[in-house]
Amino acid sequence: AFFWLVSLLLSSLVWFIAVKASDPRDEPLQKGLLIFGVMFSVLLQETFRFLYYKLLRKAIEGLVALSEDGCSPISIQQMAYVAGVGFGLMSGAFSMINLLADALGPGTVGIHGDSQLYFLTSAFMTMVLVFLHTFWGILFFHGCEHRRWWEITAVVVMHLAVSGSTFCNPLYVGSLVPSYLLMAAAATWAYLLSGGSAQNLRRFLLCKS
Amino acid sequence: ASISGDTGVIHVVEKEEDLNWVLTDGPHPPYMILLDGNLFNRRVMLQLKGTSRVSGLAVAVAKPNPAQGFSPGLKCPNEGFGVYSKDYGPQFAHCNTTVWNPLGSGLSYEDFDFPIFLLEDANETQVIKQCYQDHNVPRDGSGPEYPLCAMQLFSHMHAVTSTVTCMRRSSLQSTFSINPEVVCDPLLDYNVWSTLQPINSSGKVEPDKKVIIVATRIDSHSFFWNIAPGAESAVSSFVTHLAAAEALHKVSDVHLLRRNVMFTFFQGETFDYIGSSRMVYDMEKDKFPLRLNNIHSFVELNQVALRNDSVLWMHTDPVSRMNQSVEAQVRNLLDILSNSSAGANVTLQEAGYSQPLPPSSFQRFLRAQHIPGVVLTDHRTAFQNRYYQSMYDTPENIRMQYPEGLSPEETLEYVTDTAKSLAEVATVVARALYQLAGGANDTSAIQADPKTVTRMLYGFLIKMNNSWFQSIIKPDLKGILGDVPQHYVAVSSPVNTTYLVQYVLANLTGAVVNLTKEECMNPDKTPSSEKELYEYAWVQGSLDPNSTSRAPYCVRSTVHLSKALSPAFELRQWGSTEYSTWTESRWKEIRARIFLVASKELEIITLVVGIAILVFSLLATYFVNAKADILFSSPRDSGAVAY
Repeated sequence: AFFWLVSLLLSSLVWFIAVKASDPRDEPLQKGLLIFGVMFSVLLQETFRFLYYKLLRKAIEGLVALSEDGCSPISIQQMAYVAGVGFGLMSGAFSMINLLADALGPGTVGIHGDSQLYFLTSAFMTMVLVFLHTFWGILFFHGCEHRRWWEITAVVVMHLAVSGSTFCNPLYVGSLVPSYLLMAAAATWAYLLSGGSAQNLRRFLLCKS
Repeated sequence: ASISGDTGVIHVVEKEEDLNWVLTDGPHPPYMILLDGNLFNRRVMLQLKGTSRVSGLAVAVAKPNPAQGFSPGLKCPNEGFGVYSKDYGPQFAHCNTTVWNPLGSGLSYEDFDFPIFLLEDANETQVIKQCYQDHNVPRDGSGPEYPLCAMQLFSHMHAVTSTVTCMRRSSLQSTFSINPEVVCDPLLDYNVWSTLQPINSSGKVEPDKKVIIVATRIDSHSFFWNIAPGAESAVSSFVTHLAAAEALHKVSDVHLLRRNVMFTFFQGETFDYIGSSRMVYDMEKDKFPLRLNNIHSFVELNQVALRNDSVLWMHTDPVSRMNQSVEAQVRNLLDILSNSSAGANVTLQEAGYSQPLPPSSFQRFLRAQHIPGVVLTDHRTAFQNRYYQSMYDTPENIRMQYPEGLSPEETLEYVTDTAKSLAEVATVVARALYQLAGGANDTSAIQADPKTVTRMLYGFLIKMNNSWFQSIIKPDLKGILGDVPQHYVAVSSPVNTTYLVQYVLANLTGAVVNLTKEECMNPDKTPSSEKELYEYAWVQGSLDPNSTSRAPYCVRSTVHLSKALSPAFELRQWGSTEYSTWTESRWKEIRARIFLVASKELEIITLVVGIAILVFSLLATYFVNAKADILFSSPRDSGAVAY
C-alpha cells in the first residue's frame, strides 16, 4: 500500500508541475495533460509494483536464511496476492474517501448536468479496480518469477486500458462494462496460475469434499 | 433556524396562486421559497409562518419600490416608551388619536423560526430562478421528478426567547466560565453632541446658564440585518441639523449670546429611544455636564424631506401646555420659529392642541421634566414616508435625482432640489436658534449652504467613500468608508454613521488650528490647548491634485461622544418597561448554497446495494477460505523458490 501511495505521490507531482507550467485556459491542452498524467501514473504504479517485487525477493532470501528448515514461511504467491490486495485497497481508499466525505451533505451531484448515478458508478468502478489490482499482483509476480515478459506487458496494457476507459465517463457503459470484462479475464487467468482448474471449480460449486 | 442549516426544495413565488403549491399541493415539502419583493407583506408572511412546509425564505428586492408602500415597522412606533401613558395624556397613548405609521405591518417584530435572506443582486436571483426552471417546474399539474433543485440557508441565532433569557445566560457564562459563550449583546453606540459656546465636558454647567437643545436621530432599521438606508426617517433630519449647525457657527457674535445651543445627534432612537433615554438618565444622575434644569427649550427635527407645498409642521405636547408658564414659553418658541421662516421657501404651521407629539426623542425629555419644545416634521398626522423603517427608504424616496453621466466627483458637488429644500429648512432652524439664544441682530444673513447639504446627502445616502469624507476623517479610520451607507445602530461601536457625523460636525463647526501632529494628538501636553473645552482631531486632509499624498491638519471642535447604552443594562433590569431593552443575538456563520437533491428511493437503493455486496463478499470469502484446498491444487511451479 505504501508503495502505491508513493507512486501516486510522484505521478501527481509530475502532473501538478505540468498543469502549473501550462496555460489554464486552454481546454484541450488541460484535457491532454490529464490523459498524459493518468498514463504516466499507470506506468509509475507498475514500476513500483516491480520494485516491490524486487524487494520481496530479497526478503524471501533473508527469511529462508533465518528459517530452521530452509523453507520460507510465506511463499511468493502469497506475497503476490497480498501485494495486489494492498495496492487495490489503497487505490480504492483514495478513490472513495473524498466522495464519501462529500456525500455526507444534503445534496447530490448534478447541478451542472452530471449524472445522478455518480455515487453508484464510482463505487462499482472502485470495486472493479480493487479486484483488478489483486489479480494483476498475482499475474505480475508470476511473470517476474518465471521470466515471462508477455505476462508483465499484459498487466500493463490492461491497466492502461482500464484507466483509459474512464475517460468515457459519464457514458458509464463505456467504462464499467469493459472493466468488468477485463476483470473476469484477469480473474480466470490468475486463478489458473494459482493452481486452480475448471475441475476444481466444479467440485467446489457442487459442494463435493 | 437550525444550527446545521435549513434545506428545502426551491419554489419561485411570483404571484399569490404560486403559494398554494407550497402550502398545500406540492409533493416534496419542505420548500425554500424565492419570493418576489412585491409579495413580501404581512398576509403572505403570516401564512408562511403558520405552516411547517416552509423551511426558509429568500426575498428578491422589488425594483422599483412597491407603489403601495411598505413598512415593517409598527403602526405606533416606540409605543409605550414615549411620554404618553395612562398617567399622562391617556387619550393620546397607544396612538388613539393619531396613527403615525398607518402602513406599518409590524413584520419586523414577528418571530420567524426559519431563515429569511434578502437577495439584492438580480444576477443571483436569476441563477436560482434558472435552477428552478431547469428542474423544479411542475409539469401538467403533477409534481416534478427528482433530482430537484434545493437551497440551504445557514443563519443560526444563538439567542432565544427574550432579552431577559439571553442576558441571564450570557451573564452566567461571563461570570462562571473560562471561555464564556455570550449569546446576545445589547444595542450600543454613542450619541454625538456639540455646543455652540464651549463648555467643560468633564465639569458641570451652572444652573443659571441655559441651553437650547437641538436634536435629531441618526439611525434607522429595516426587516433585514444591517440594511437601513433611512433616507427620510434619519438622514434627511440629521443632514438638515448639520447644515443648521454650520450656519449658526458662521455668525460673528456667537460668543456673546446669552444662551448656549447644544446640537445633539441621538443614536439608537429606532429601538425605543436608546440614546435619548440614556442622556436623560445621565442628566438626572449628574453624569452629564448639563442637568435638566439647564434646558431652556427643545427643538427636534424629525422627517423633513417630503414637505407638501413647502409646509413644515410644528408639533407640541398639549398636556404640558396646560401649565401656564410652559404654555407661554412654547408660544414664544412657536412665534420665533414662524418669524424665522419669512423670506425662506418654508411655511410653518402649527399642528394644534388636538394632536400629540409624534414619536420623537423630545418625549423622553418630557417624561423627566416639562420642558417647552417643538418637533418639526413634514407631516401633520400620518407620516408622509410610505417606507418608514424599511429597505425601500432610499434616496429615490426623498426625490433625490441626479442627471445621467456624471462622474462621482461631479455627483458629489451637484446640488439637487432635495438639497435646496433641506437647506431652506436648515436656514429657518438656524435663524430661530439664533433668536432663541438671545441674539438681537438681523438674521437674514444666516443661511445654510445647499452645497454642503448636497455633499452630505451624497455621502450619507449614496457613496460614503467620496473625496470629501476621506479628507475629514482621521488617517487610521480610512477603512470605515464602505460603499453603500447603512444606518443601523449595531452592537459594536461606534458605527460608521456615528464616526462620520462626528467628523462632519467637527469639520463644519470647528476651527483649523496650527498645531503639529504630536501636539494635536496629545493636547494635554500643549499648554494653551484648553483640553477640557475642546476636542482635537488630526484629520487626513484632501488629496493634493496629481499626487497621492494628503495635507493633514488639526481641527479643534466642541464635538463629544456620549455613551448610548440603555439604562436598563446599567441597572441590570433586563425586563424593564421603562427603558429600552433591545439586544441583538450572536451568530457564527451566515451563508447560502444551492444544489440538487436526490430522491429518497435512490438513496435507499444505494445503501441497500452496498450492504448486499458487503454481505455477499463476506460470505464468498468465508467459503473460498474454507474450501481453499479444493479450489487450489498444490502449486506445480518449478524452480521459483530460489535458495
